[in-house]
Amino acid sequence: MNIEEVIKLARLARLKVGDGEVEGLGRDLSAILALVKRLESASLDDVEPLAHPLDAVQRLRADEVTEDDRRDAFQKIAPHTRDGFYLVPKVID
Amino acid sequence: MLNRSLGELSRGLRNGDFSSVELTRFFLDRIENRGAELNAFISVTAERALDDAHAADRKLRDGGAHPLTGIPYAHKDLFCTEGVATTCGSAMLADFVSPYDAAVSERLNAAGMVMLGKTNMDEFAMGSSNENSFYGAVRNPWDAARVPGGSSGGSAAAVAARLAPCATGTDTGGSIRQPASLCGVTGVKPTYGRVSRYGMVAFASSLDQAGVLAAGAGDCALVLQAIAGFDPRDSTSMDEPVPDYTPPADANIRGLRVGLPREYFGADLDPAIGAVIEQAVAALRQLGCETVEVSLPAMSLSAPAYYILAPAECSSNLARYDGVRYGHRCDAPADCDDLYTRTRAEGFGAEVKRRVLVGTYVLSSGYYDAYYLKAQKARRRIRDDFARAFERADVLVGPASPTTAFRLGEKAGDPVTMYLSDVYTIAVNLAGLPAITLPAGVAGGLPVGMQMIAPHFREQDLFRAGHCYQRETDWHRRMPEGFE
Repeated sequence: MNIEEVIKLARLARLKVGDGEVEGLGRDLSAILALVKRLESASLDDVEPLAHPLDAVQRLRADEVTEDDRRDAFQKIAPHTRDGFYLVPKVID
Repeated sequence: MLNRSLGELSRGLRNGDFSSVELTRFFLDRIENRGAELNAFISVTAERALDDAHAADRKLRDGGAHPLTGIPYAHKDLFCTEGVATTCGSAMLADFVSPYDAAVSERLNAAGMVMLGKTNMDEFAMGSSNENSFYGAVRNPWDAARVPGGSSGGSAAAVAARLAPCATGTDTGGSIRQPASLCGVTGVKPTYGRVSRYGMVAFASSLDQAGVLAAGAGDCALVLQAIAGFDPRDSTSMDEPVPDYTPPADANIRGLRVGLPREYFGADLDPAIGAVIEQAVAALRQLGCETVEVSLPAMSLSAPAYYILAPAECSSNLARYDGVRYGHRCDAPADCDDLYTRTRAEGFGAEVKRRVLVGTYVLSSGYYDAYYLKAQKARRRIRDDFARAFERADVLVGPASPTTAFRLGEKAGDPVTMYLSDVYTIAVNLAGLPAITLPAGVAGGLPVGMQMIAPHFREQDLFRAGHCYQRETDWHRRMPEGFE
């Protein structure tokens, strides 16, 4: 994996990578992709994909309120809140 | 108190031979004296433990006690604990104090068990050596220059050194069974969906499962009994009855069909480990088991499939760490993009970054069919291989790890070599099966674990076979030198 590809991938994953990291990451990711590419030679065209080992499907529940309002407890652990809102850097001027 | 089973500790508490406060102090003292050199704990909650022990003693005196009431345990730092930090081995969650308890924490509290502290682990449970922890590597009590395995390395080391009589763990690709093998303890990974994932910090949600590490199979059975069962708050929790896991004292395994998968005994298996497993299989035959050779032809697809599916799910699950709602946030972000990218760069360690990037790659536009979809197809083939093997066998037996404990730093520079530490365990997660590691001998002075795998929801067979094997052997009772 070349430097441009690593930078593009890091951008997609919202990860800042330093200039000094890119080359090593490229080497590691190439090695990992070489491992997973061993799947290429397997003939699996006639096999249905499996998402759940017991073939279970998502349960649905009644559309009822089951949770108490714990906003204060949840926001207490947030890095930055005000008046019940989570604060992020300014998006629109 | 050092080397008693949980059943014996439970009886001791009930008979008044010792109190929960005495028992708790005993293990807290061991952690204080020997914990630092192993780095097995991220936090020790001594004050809370003694409060809980007092409460347990009152319950034992006044009635209403559960069989595990008053027994201390170590809790993997991946389970949310209300009021106690849950770091998951990461700088990202260094200051995270959960506002709620995980289902496993709740159930252990309800049973009256006493939490001693939270154990060290590979960051976000990604690793096989515990070297990926933000809180430093854990050392193997059998040889301090070696790793304990991972990701539940702190739990395995704590139990091996008897800093705790039992510990929780989680297993996404072998994270209970491989460290159990490297530390010479018993570790059980139940069927996918058997134990609620509610309040477990998510890594790969279709593979993650909570379990138990302790000296013996009977100990693991008692704790699993307390934590297993349906939980509507986990959308993948299975609504299946929980049988009695504790094997009767006179249990036997005469006629049990033990399948030996050819692929677990191939040319790449270290002969010294192979010899230990063969000896363990001979012991099972002595106990009346029949052995039969079986085959799992798609086994070679499990590592490539796993290292697509697990990173894909990881990249999706870890997208939540954005510096907004909880966890680390970078200083003075210029804009939202800067907030996300810098927060994540500062909060995640090298292995987590690699997996997030691999997951992002395999899920990116145009690659989905070639990687993710194909891995899901391989996953079905692997699961179906096991189903066919279980037509001829009740349990399958093989090694849990291709090596004994390796040296700190030995594989740290080479992610792929590290990944192959899980070559005997990951297929079991892909198939969602229960499996147990049982200490089975030593090679070069280091512990070797036998892995036993059962069909879905047949944990009781693993405990029965483990109990019978451990009645005849004492590998699970051996303690590392200097920790006796």
